[in-house]
Amino acid sequence: MAVRRSTGETIFLAVNYVVMALLCLSMIFPFWSLLARSFASASVPSTKLYFWPPETTFDNYARVFANKNIWIGFGNTIFRTVVGTFLSLIMSIHVAYPLSKKYLPNRTLWTSLIVFTMFFSGGMIPEYILVRSLKLYNSRWALIFPILLNTFNMIIIRNYFMSIPDSLEESAKIDGANDLLILYRIIIPLSFPIIATVVLWTAVSHWNAWFDSLIYISDGSKQVLQTILRRIVLEGSLQLMELQGGALGMETSNVSSEAIKAATVIVATTPILVAYPFLQKYFVKGVLVGSLKG
Amino acid sequence: MKRTSLMQRYWKNKYLFLLLIPGIMWYVVFKYLPIYGLTLAFKDFSFRKGIFGSAWVGFKHFKYLFSLSGFRRAFLNTLIINFYQLLFSFPAPIIFALLLNEIVHIGYKKVVQTISYLPHFLSWVILAGMFMQLLSPSTGALNHLLGVFGIGPFYFLGDPRYFRGTLVVTNLWKSIGWNSIVYLAALSNIDTQLFEAARLDGANKFQEIIHVTLPSISPIVTVMLIFQMGRLFGDNFDQVFNLYNAAVYEVGDVLGTFTYRMGLRDMQYSLSTAVSLVTNVISFSLVIITNAIAKRINDYGIW
Repeated sequence: MAVRRSTGETIFLAVNYVVMALLCLSMIFPFWSLLARSFASASVPSTKLYFWPPETTFDNYARVFANKNIWIGFGNTIFRTVVGTFLSLIMSIHVAYPLSKKYLPNRTLWTSLIVFTMFFSGGMIPEYILVRSLKLYNSRWALIFPILLNTFNMIIIRNYFMSIPDSLEESAKIDGANDLLILYRIIIPLSFPIIATVVLWTAVSHWNAWFDSLIYISDGSKQVLQTILRRIVLEGSLQLMELQGGALGMETSNVSSEAIKAATVIVATTPILVAYPFLQKYFVKGVLVGSLKG
Repeated sequence: MKRTSLMQRYWKNKYLFLLLIPGIMWYVVFKYLPIYGLTLAFKDFSFRKGIFGSAWVGFKHFKYLFSLSGFRRAFLNTLIINFYQLLFSFPAPIIFALLLNEIVHIGYKKVVQTISYLPHFLSWVILAGMFMQLLSPSTGALNHLLGVFGIGPFYFLGDPRYFRGTLVVTNLWKSIGWNSIVYLAALSNIDTQLFEAARLDGANKFQEIIHVTLPSISPIVTVMLIFQMGRLFGDNFDQVFNLYNAAVYEVGDVLGTFTYRMGLRDMQYSLSTAVSLVTNVISFSLVIITNAIAKRINDYGIW
């Protein structure tokens, strides 16, 4: 059916396209200006507006990549992301599966007790004391164990499991398969889309986490990238930028601390920027099954 | 029919229940122990004696807390900032979804979605680093841009007059795309026959939205509103903590940042636990109340 549009609607559509384009520009502009600054050489005055710096240099990036703190941060972040995501997934699946079964005794009770923690929690201080009491302070596991389960993600997996027809497992049961076998042979292979979503969400939240590292880790060699980034960019720590003794070194070379900060942010952001467009459909998928109902 | 006893049902499904046990233990240790730890608010905590051994002191910390001007300030700031969020950041993704839904070209729509979801995946540490450069009064690109039109410069992050506005706008900027996903999904599920019927009745686009589109997505709006209400006293800790500074404490210090400074920096564990307890109880009550109201009006709550 061809849609006939009135003049009013045509104007509305045109305005709509422009509004959307402006919105996208506002999203890209901050990144662009950061990117432009990260390539600016020290001779470009930072008080001028430019689309692309008149004099560019790679020295800022050379400084960032020569900084061992950045590499330490990457290493620790990759460790927590890989190990943390893997363990979270295992835990979530094994909790979600029993909760998805109507014949689990006291199913409503167990579900309510778990969902309750989404709306009521101990908060910052009791959690901090708990981590210290478990002797996890200054351990990399302090960044993994306390967030092993995310109730929201677990419920999403459970909802997906519940949407798989019972008939599939009933035939397996007749053949003598037990619950574990059914979970691994039937349920998990059928749930790939939702597992991909939850894996990506968990990985991103590990990659982006900074507060736990800030309060649970004092050892400099165990800090994650976000915490190091915070100290460099937000607190302007010259020591972590490896520029100390370097007011002098900075004058002779082609870098400024503002441009180094910009380059540092770009380096820390790039992994997500590169991966995101390819994985976007998996990220979005889970939002649509994320209801508490059922 | 004989009813099997509960024990028998557990025995019959023992392997299934066995799978659940590590999870239950995790919830007990990492969720329910901290909830028990809230009793610290009524004790004088010392690490040596632990949570169980510390002496009870009744409402001492609460009395002191309510007399602190810093607490009252953080309480009010949290409420005011969240009220602004509710006013602007909550409807924004709905409007965005409605507008995006009208875009006919699939390719254009995809590009807009991809770009607008992006900030959701970046941490507030990265975004704060970015905004500090962007919004700086002397070197920031935004002030340069405004300068071209002869306005400014504005000290967006350092001037108490602009700080709350900056928080609301940057949060909207980060969340508008991602939060629109649920609404876009709801919009795509509306039966197209409803629109055709409205057209036949002579409805224009605007009437269509009021009488067909909005009623169709109202259940999901209700659910999102309930979650938002629950957050009225929870604050955007990550955002505020990374963007604020001492110059804007008077308008920007919220309960989360107040708790952090009082608890982890000044090590007043019991006092800051009292703040958490107050916040949690209010937030939880709000969720319960909103859910009840939503069920009455809309017949649709989250439980």
